[in-house]
Amino acid sequence: MTVALALEQLLNGLQLGVMLFLMAAGLTLIFGVMGLINLAHGSLYMVGAFACAATAAWTGSFWIGLVASLIAAAAAGAIVELVVIRRLYDRDHLDQVLATFALILMFSEGMRWLFGSFPLYLDIPPLLQGAVPLPGGTEYPVYRLAIIAAGALVAFGLYLLISGTRLGMRIRAGESDREMIGALGVDIRTLYTVVFALGAALAGFAGAMVGAIQSVQVGMGEPVLILAFVVIVIGGIGSIKGALLGALLVGVTDTMGRFLLPKLMALFVPPAQAGMIGGAAASMLIYIVMAVILAVKPRGLFPAAHA
Amino acid sequence: MKKMLAAATLALSMSTSGLAFAEPLKIGMITTLSGGGAGLGIDTRDGFMLAIKNSGNKDITVVTEDDAQKPELAVQIADKMIQSDQVDILTGIVWSNLLMAVAPSAVAQGKFYVSTNAAPAALAGANCNKLYFNAAYQNDNLHEAMGEYANRAYKKMFILAPNYPAGKDSLTGFKRYYKGELAAEVYTQVGQTDYAAEIAQMRASGADGIFVFLPGGMGIAFMKQFAQSGVNIPVMGPGFSFSQDVLPAIGDAALGAKASGQWAPDFDNEASKKFLADFQKEYNRLPSIYAVQAYDAAQLILSAAAKASVKDADAFGAELKKADIQSPRGNFKFNINQHPIQDIYLTEVIKKDGVLTNKTVEKIFTDHGDAYAKDCKI
Repeated sequence: MTVALALEQLLNGLQLGVMLFLMAAGLTLIFGVMGLINLAHGSLYMVGAFACAATAAWTGSFWIGLVASLIAAAAAGAIVELVVIRRLYDRDHLDQVLATFALILMFSEGMRWLFGSFPLYLDIPPLLQGAVPLPGGTEYPVYRLAIIAAGALVAFGLYLLISGTRLGMRIRAGESDREMIGALGVDIRTLYTVVFALGAALAGFAGAMVGAIQSVQVGMGEPVLILAFVVIVIGGIGSIKGALLGALLVGVTDTMGRFLLPKLMALFVPPAQAGMIGGAAASMLIYIVMAVILAVKPRGLFPAAHA
Repeated sequence: MKKMLAAATLALSMSTSGLAFAEPLKIGMITTLSGGGAGLGIDTRDGFMLAIKNSGNKDITVVTEDDAQKPELAVQIADKMIQSDQVDILTGIVWSNLLMAVAPSAVAQGKFYVSTNAAPAALAGANCNKLYFNAAYQNDNLHEAMGEYANRAYKKMFILAPNYPAGKDSLTGFKRYYKGELAAEVYTQVGQTDYAAEIAQMRASGADGIFVFLPGGMGIAFMKQFAQSGVNIPVMGPGFSFSQDVLPAIGDAALGAKASGQWAPDFDNEASKKFLADFQKEYNRLPSIYAVQAYDAAQLILSAAAKASVKDADAFGAELKKADIQSPRGNFKFNINQHPIQDIYLTEVIKKDGVLTNKTVEKIFTDHGDAYAKDCKI
């Protein structure tokens, strides 16, 4: 194993982590402010990817597609909040899970109805094609570096938004005490819609970015959703900082596990079995990490203040 | 007198076969119509229904249900189809793990299972069954062909497949024929969408060729990511990795990739031309190999139903086994384990009239069976 390979894998882990952060940030924000478990968050990710692919195919530009993905996911989020989610805030979590699970099914079948069952084509924009050399003689795809950069920008933007603006102040207030902020005359209903749309836009953005290097297909959101839940549980539900650190931890652990565990197994068993056992162990690794973290810190790394 | 007797016998035999033909036959199709693997199931269903429609046979009914690529759901549907729909034949499952959950119990209940795709090794050898037929291949076959092809030009292969029964069959099949060195043998998760960690290992492995078996969305994700990685090692795979259901979504990144298949759209025989024209007319797209396999499965069932009653399992099975059909694949017959003996070809991804498709390069295997048939005692 060379330094170059280790560096490349570390970047891969970072990139996966950043992607997960975009998903987890919206999820944790929505849970933190409204106390809502939103299983349909993965569907908003799918909506973003489909909107980007369809718009890019129509206009020929990935960038217009990216803008479209933000608009489509935010709009879908706002509509869902107004029509369905609004009725769920006072219900218990089981009702929320049931209702948002129903939303997943509706979004999936809706997308199939609109776009068909075959995966859509979405390519990386020419500007971000290809690979650049890294120290150590290896190369790394420009697009993955761009994802890392975009994720870092979003994280910084969210930090500014939450710590430096009036909206951010209200979000923080909403996280601390939902009833009080309403009593102080803040229009809590609009705030909820805005936060939900913001979370949805982040998910849609993630979907569009990832869609270009994956398969844009119905059901693409659910595997990511599960990882995003792992992230926010590790990070502490409701905490953006926790989501960022949790996402990076999960991304790096998962990538390194997939890479190192089969090699570790190969010291003990023949290569074919090492691949199989190592691969299976790697898929469990993040859940083991989650279990260990929860055993030590039951409320996650950065528990939100009110919870 | 003798002549009259002969004529009477002939008339009698015709009337019995006529009777058998007129007997209602119910087929239960369980396939993946939702989720990430839906493209495969839809091609399976459409290929199957095309053959049924072309036959004009009004005595056959097909009940179709979606398994969502979930084994537990497939089992529930199979139970329902056998017990309340009372189907005679089950078919349509795409994935080997689902097939393993359904087919053994279906044949144990006396129902035929005619597989349109999944063909795990476990059902091809000692556990073969006279009610279980596979119209597609044995899982190892297309991978064996790529192993044979890799021998010609490659010395150090990096091989990769998902960690499920067909993935293990895949790499086993590849290694059965490939004689060179292995740079690495990697198993990924089923449904994995990010292959950055594996691509980094490929770059560092010093391999001169890469073999990947990643059906459906997994292959799309891998090929797109590989194209961006700057790794310049030729990629090859079984036909599923570059099948017509995924090519449009992979895009030009797939151009030039070598694969193996029992059929490609450029096959020059009458059955293939008719199938291609009918399929395009009916569904307005190019068929994948899943569609061909299902088309043949339906043809096989139709051919047997024309001559025997499905209630008479021995006679119906014997007619199925004759494989009296015109397959778009050309040569097609059944082995003793009721899996195909067929030719396997090397194909290459090309762009024709702006559409990505597979072109036949050469024949790799002639009349190829599988390694498990010898253990089958039917």
